[in-house]
Amino acid sequence: MSKILIRGAKVLGGEPQDVLIDGETVAAVGQDLDAEDAEVVEAAGRVLLPGLVDLHTHLREPGREDSETVLTGTRAAASGGYTAVFAMANTFPVADTAGVVEQVWRLGREHGYCDVQPIGAVTVGLEGRKLAELGAMHESAAGVTVFSDDGKCVDDAVIMRRALEYVKAFGGVVAQHAQEPRLTEGAQMNEGVVSAELGLGGWPAVAEESIIARDVLLAEHVGSRVHICHLSTAGSVEIVRWAKSRGIDVTAEVTPHHLLLTDELVRTYNPVYKVNPPLRTERDVLALREALADGTIDIVATDHAPHPHEDKDCEWAAAAMGMVGLETALSVVQDTMVDTGLLTWAEVADRMSFAPARIGRASGHGRPVSAGEPANLTLVDTAYRGSVDPAGFASRSRNTPYEGRELPGRVTHTWLRGKATLVDGKLT
Amino acid sequence: MQRHLISAADLTRDDAVLILDTAEEMARVADRPIKKLPTLRGRTVVNLFFEDSTRTRISFEAAEKRLSADVINFTAKGSSVSKGESLKDTAQTLEAMGVDAVVIRHGASGAPYRLATSGWIDAAVINAGDGTHQHPTQALLDAFTMRRRLIGRDAGIGQDLAGKRVTLVGDVLHSRVARSNVDLLHTLGAEVTLVAPPTLVPVGVETWPCEVSYDLDSTLPKSDAVMMLRVQRERMNAAFFPTEREYSRRYGLDGERMARMPEHAIVMHPGPMVRGMEITAEVADSDRCTVVEQVANGVSIRMAVLYLLLGGNEPAVSHARTTEEK
Repeated sequence: MSKILIRGAKVLGGEPQDVLIDGETVAAVGQDLDAEDAEVVEAAGRVLLPGLVDLHTHLREPGREDSETVLTGTRAAASGGYTAVFAMANTFPVADTAGVVEQVWRLGREHGYCDVQPIGAVTVGLEGRKLAELGAMHESAAGVTVFSDDGKCVDDAVIMRRALEYVKAFGGVVAQHAQEPRLTEGAQMNEGVVSAELGLGGWPAVAEESIIARDVLLAEHVGSRVHICHLSTAGSVEIVRWAKSRGIDVTAEVTPHHLLLTDELVRTYNPVYKVNPPLRTERDVLALREALADGTIDIVATDHAPHPHEDKDCEWAAAAMGMVGLETALSVVQDTMVDTGLLTWAEVADRMSFAPARIGRASGHGRPVSAGEPANLTLVDTAYRGSVDPAGFASRSRNTPYEGRELPGRVTHTWLRGKATLVDGKLT
Repeated sequence: MQRHLISAADLTRDDAVLILDTAEEMARVADRPIKKLPTLRGRTVVNLFFEDSTRTRISFEAAEKRLSADVINFTAKGSSVSKGESLKDTAQTLEAMGVDAVVIRHGASGAPYRLATSGWIDAAVINAGDGTHQHPTQALLDAFTMRRRLIGRDAGIGQDLAGKRVTLVGDVLHSRVARSNVDLLHTLGAEVTLVAPPTLVPVGVETWPCEVSYDLDSTLPKSDAVMMLRVQRERMNAAFFPTEREYSRRYGLDGERMARMPEHAIVMHPGPMVRGMEITAEVADSDRCTVVEQVANGVSIRMAVLYLLLGGNEPAVSHARTTEEK
């Protein structure tokens, strides 16, 4: 019963093929494969992708289990087609020691819905002053390779430089939350026409762009690699494009919501649209889409940020920042990138699986769909159309900006090392 | 008229003129020996103040009492209720008590909008100032003051402010008064110019229906009304301008500057004034300065707004007056 035959799926959006899973591995890919002893999944018309990898997830455990836990978060991930997620370090306690990262990693393994790869904090307590024990976290069972103070910017140039240099010893990468703190004091939304009218504190694009500019230059100077989290402005795209053309080892991510939503939505004062970095303008959205298409932006990462209802059901200024995203990411990418002709499904596989796994060094994930590879797979019904209903979310939190919005595509099956975690849209 | 008054931008020209005309009627009540109308008898209005503002609260309270409403003052200032949940909880408590209108002052931009649109409460919501967003009754009382002074008390009835040139000076960035006034004055046909150091003008101002200048002196001769905005001293520490003296030299209104204004032009200020910095005592105490009238007009405007939002189909003030005059 460990054999599964996925019949007639468009592998990476190509011609229909059969894919045979045997145990934890893809046994064969081809036409008219033998279904004997295998459970058959009829997949005609659907797209088969490598299991998605999210380089930017907030699982909230330990510390804010009322928002999300490793279990609920990985169930949400499996629902969204993910087989691996990188869990951000801003938990309570902060994931700045080997003990905390190992705990999170183990919980992921035990629950079995999705591999959890913890991200270690760059600095102790995310305070930006003293480097955390990056080497110990790397050497722990969790094998941390990505470090980030996400939620906060490593704004001290010297600390950032040292972190970039230090992680070279073990091939790590520093993922920067680019936000100049002084320029964003009291910031509530994108600084521009809408903030001027609404009287909400502005988060200027330059606060992101100036840090990215500094960090790519630092990475160049010390010969390290840097990853830019949730890039959100047209100007940031230009800087990353320039840095790449110069040969600097920089990678960048964009969230699904920054590909779709604009700051015009803030006019509703509905805190479901409050996120950091903030929703930007139409011009930024179009620049981000273009950059994701041409590879300037390497990956899509969700920045899945669960918050309980009471943290959002209040006035804007008091509300928490963030949106859940794991369960809607692929639909938003289909809507903004595939259905618009900007990306093929093979390129989606690159932006949402191959590349994030490569950046995060997640071995066993982001592998080609071919014989001998780990059976981490996601099956998508791309013809599906339906409106988003958060009541059906596996995530413990419901703070989605897409409630009631029609989005295309639906993940029907997810397999983690050959074990189904999602079958016909239902978690196992 | 809409059910709530959240932003001056929500008012049409006709709505705004109706409020000003109604306020003119209300103003007559203040001249009576008994300054009271029965219009809102049996209705309950809550003044929900999450932020200190004695002047605005007293003005609303006076307006409510002159209309015979039952008034509840709820002062919720401070950290204990600064969390968002409290706004919702408070709203639902008031809802349970059968409140008809909530006058809300809140430090967070958008709080009145949330209160009016989140389904937390059924009452009419009147924005008495939210963060750096809006203060619509202030804009209305300013427009009312301008209409009376520049057109005339009776001549102004039914009129808007078409062609009047209004200059707002000072901290536009943090000013809900400026935002409300730009919206309303534009709706009423006035030409608005904002004058401030570039640090105190919001990024994105170019879409506003007004001009922006950094030079007060060249603007004054073309102004029918000059409204000085309050500049908080703490702005200096945040490097919005170098020193108080420099601000005062460039953007303060003194007698010499006032003399550049046309003969008929008035000086306005939403109060409280920082004398010496943004306005000299000489200007503040001159008869061109309308600060005290603005306060009196505030009551009339707030009566008009409450009446129009809550009075609905009941007899208008003009009817009450007619009866009395018989």
